[in-house]
Amino acid sequence: MDDLQHINHTRRNVLITGALSATAAAVPSVAAAQPGGEPAGAAAATPAPVTAKVSISVNGKRHQMELDTRTSLLDMLREHLHLTGSKKGCDQGQCGACTVIVDGRRINSCLSLAIMHDGAEVTTIEGLGTPDKLHPMQAAFVKHDGFQCGYCTPGQICSAVSVIDEIRKGIPSHVTGDLNVKPLLSVEEIRERMSGNICRCGAYSNIVEAISEVAGVKGGAA
Amino acid sequence: MKAFSYERATSPQQAAAAAARVPGTRFIAGGTNLLDLMKLEIETPPHLVDVNGLGLDQIEATPEGGLRVGALVRNTDLASDARVRRDYGVLARALLSGASVQLRNKATTAGNLLQRTRCPYFYDTNQACNKRVPGSGCSAIGGYTRSHAIVGHSDACIATHPSDMAVAMQLLDAGIETVSPNGATRVIRIADFYRLPGATPHIENTLMPGELITAVTLPRPLGGKHYYRKVRDRASYAFALISVAAVVQADGSGRVAVGGVAHKPWRVAAADAALPQGAKAAAAQLLAGARTDEHNAYKVMLVQRTLGAVLTDAKKG
Repeated sequence: MDDLQHINHTRRNVLITGALSATAAAVPSVAAAQPGGEPAGAAAATPAPVTAKVSISVNGKRHQMELDTRTSLLDMLREHLHLTGSKKGCDQGQCGACTVIVDGRRINSCLSLAIMHDGAEVTTIEGLGTPDKLHPMQAAFVKHDGFQCGYCTPGQICSAVSVIDEIRKGIPSHVTGDLNVKPLLSVEEIRERMSGNICRCGAYSNIVEAISEVAGVKGGAA
Repeated sequence: MKAFSYERATSPQQAAAAAARVPGTRFIAGGTNLLDLMKLEIETPPHLVDVNGLGLDQIEATPEGGLRVGALVRNTDLASDARVRRDYGVLARALLSGASVQLRNKATTAGNLLQRTRCPYFYDTNQACNKRVPGSGCSAIGGYTRSHAIVGHSDACIATHPSDMAVAMQLLDAGIETVSPNGATRVIRIADFYRLPGATPHIENTLMPGELITAVTLPRPLGGKHYYRKVRDRASYAFALISVAAVVQADGSGRVAVGGVAHKPWRVAAADAALPQGAKAAAAQLLAGARTDEHNAYKVMLVQRTLGAVLTDAKKG
């Protein structure tokens, strides 16, 4: 496990260094392009960054921060708290890789400002389980091969845990037959409710099997 | 994203007054559409007023026998409300067919009404768009228009309204309660709320600067069978190519509204009147004067057939 963590840190540092050098190379060309590409005076009109204070609980630990108002909840988790389990896929709410649970509900953390969550309780993949003590959903994803590359997996698992909770609470979905009857824990319901989490490796059938097993769907987990 | 200042509003009127103080200010609630647009710098508000703390998150019965839905009621909560599921099935169905659960958990009733078009030419800042930059032209016209409007559009804009919920609200004759910066309140009928693009497609509704939506009211339940049938490129989590909202009574009378065909949810009184005569007659009224091109002409037949499927189902016991 120590070796693995060393590798992970190294890979991350390499990525950060790479991103920085790419930015440095790009800056002069952007600056040069500006007079032609932007209206006159645009540079002068660019507003200065503004910061705001936020107090937020993440996986049971409270953090007081002063953040640029533009910071998304996802960037706060990844760049400020170094909780890099939540992933940035599309950064526009289409892929679900950034899914976290805020005050008991899953949301796309990329489409939310950190400063809008003052006082909130956030649960990320790091708060669901640990490598030594996996959450049942994490264990089921491993057992059923619910991933290949793993990039979407933290978001898939945060969604999967929420799906079971939502069905138990009686929240209907697009495929719920009778709106006045409590929705069933079925494969059809699981598939519909997981549609906000995209998996480019196409591990969907295994993901459904993993969730079905944890949810106790009859005949769902082959 | 451009930098912006931020404040948490303390009352609806204070929020409206704060928005009027700084030109270009936007309210933020769920933020799922606004932040997306801010990242692309299609929206560049200098100031955001966060309205999430205003407590406008209740659904209450009205003396008229309808419901008053707070502006901040999340899409998930509105679709889950037992009264909405029982009496306004078309609204619950429309909500549940939109977006993903993650987005519906954040998105609010008022924010959903104020969603902006998903026209790809609006989103691509390299393209001309009168809605994004007034007077710059429209690259969608003569472009790839499969998802675009076939009625009510203009030479300046052929974008469609993206909301499913708003189509159901239009069908139900919802009212939109607002407060202005000076504290005045009013109710705007949804029929008067959205604007057609005309020469000013960047002005999408009849709200005044700083005016804040506080609630949406639903009149008394209509009874009948409720339908929201959405046709899209995949079975879940996609915008409508077209959608049909309908409430059909046992005698065959009813109401119909269509999404995905215009700059606003589309409803025509003559189509409601023609509903007992069948889908062909009603669709002909709905889409009278349609102007299509090779990419979107399919929508005319798709509306008729989708409505036909709804009416066939409604006739079943």
